[in-house]
Amino acid sequence: MTDLSLLGFGADGWGRLLLAGCALTIELSLSSMAIGTVLGGLLAWARLRGPLPVRAFAAGYGIVLRGVPELLVILLLYFGLPSLIVAVWAAMGWSAPGLPPAFLIGSIAIGLVSAAYQAEVFRGGVAAIAVGQLEAARASGMTGLLSFRRILIPQVVRVTLPALGNIWQFNLKDSALVSVIGLAELMRISLVGAGSTRLPFLFFAAAIVLYLAMTTVSDAVFRALDRALDRGRAEVQR
Amino acid sequence: MTEDRFLLTIIGQLLAAAPVTLLILLVSAVLATLLAGVLTACAASGSRVLRLLSAGWTFLFRGTPLILQIFMVYYGLAMLPWIRQGPLWFAFRNPIFCSCLAMTCCCSAYIGEVFRGAMKAVPIGGIEAGRACGMSRFQLLRRVIMPALTRIALPSYSNEVIMMVKSTSLASTVTVMDITGVAQGIISKTYRTLEVFLCAAALYLLLNAVLTAAFGLWARRLHIARRTSAR
Repeated sequence: MTDLSLLGFGADGWGRLLLAGCALTIELSLSSMAIGTVLGGLLAWARLRGPLPVRAFAAGYGIVLRGVPELLVILLLYFGLPSLIVAVWAAMGWSAPGLPPAFLIGSIAIGLVSAAYQAEVFRGGVAAIAVGQLEAARASGMTGLLSFRRILIPQVVRVTLPALGNIWQFNLKDSALVSVIGLAELMRISLVGAGSTRLPFLFFAAAIVLYLAMTTVSDAVFRALDRALDRGRAEVQR
Repeated sequence: MTEDRFLLTIIGQLLAAAPVTLLILLVSAVLATLLAGVLTACAASGSRVLRLLSAGWTFLFRGTPLILQIFMVYYGLAMLPWIRQGPLWFAFRNPIFCSCLAMTCCCSAYIGEVFRGAMKAVPIGGIEAGRACGMSRFQLLRRVIMPALTRIALPSYSNEVIMMVKSTSLASTVTVMDITGVAQGIISKTYRTLEVFLCAAALYLLLNAVLTAAFGLWARRLHIARRTSAR
């Protein structure tokens, strides 16, 4: 029978490492989500308000980043970017840098993909707001930035929250792919544990439980946020 | 070797790996769709056990990363004596089988959710009318529920299949030489990272474009476009 103390917090237990892996998984998901939100917001804005070439670029970005496997994006950035950087550095006559940090590359890669999905969500969210509201804001003398902050953002956040929750769940699961470039997040730790103890079933089962815990908790958080944001609205509608 | 020749050889090698990607996609898409149908039926059934089973399946496979599921099937299950000494060991030893199995389970949970959502949107009046006409349960399913379900679910279903195309690349992590696997192989020999990965990415995009077009044709035949444009 397998020894469950291997997953505990004792001297030869992997518990602490697995939890550290969870923490890194969450940090990675948070930073890629943030990158995705900023870039996704810009892309949505580009598609809605940008001039034609910008609009076309944003649309193309969406098609490519939503169509190419995440794994390929991660590998491309991790192994492809350095060769590009090395080429540029060499052209500038600088000494070649080493491999980039896996955390940075991982969050950028997942963030780039996340941005493509978030852009679609924001676009839908903006479309759900009546044009009249923005016209009214302008008529009452609000500048673009003010109406963006007071009219657009509060409503877009509320409308898009459930969809953003879905994207967050995908981010959380996509972060496991960053294990292929050696970042010691939960997937990687469980792989290392599986390899060094020769008990893959035990370690992958532990990882499954931990991922389920993370997805369940974040689902509950998003539900609570959704309820909190919807509170006033429900009263008005009744 | 000239630059053009190099690119052509890469594309040739990647194309030669495309059947593996397509095989995994086809097998797991078909099986996942069937399994999703079963899950939907379980979720809609009167039995509490079946409903719980369906909900638990969806929770498990949607709540964990597919790469972890693939590793669990390929490396994890091999540790269990009844798998290792069982009659199906020849299958569980095969990474393509394991990838298909994990993808079938995982994607059935996602597609099942699509079907379940569509099921709620099937007009109840049609079902009542069918029942009033004396249709049997099977007739009702085949003539009323399925056609409506197909129309409602098709857009989300096609999205799920496109997601599956991307997921097939994970098979490369358990030594399957699909498009991504071969791309990594070429890179480890030539160190031409950018060109090779970009070619692979282009292949996936092409595959997606073909699938999107096919689903678009299907949707047109079902007049989904007309229905939405009528709004």
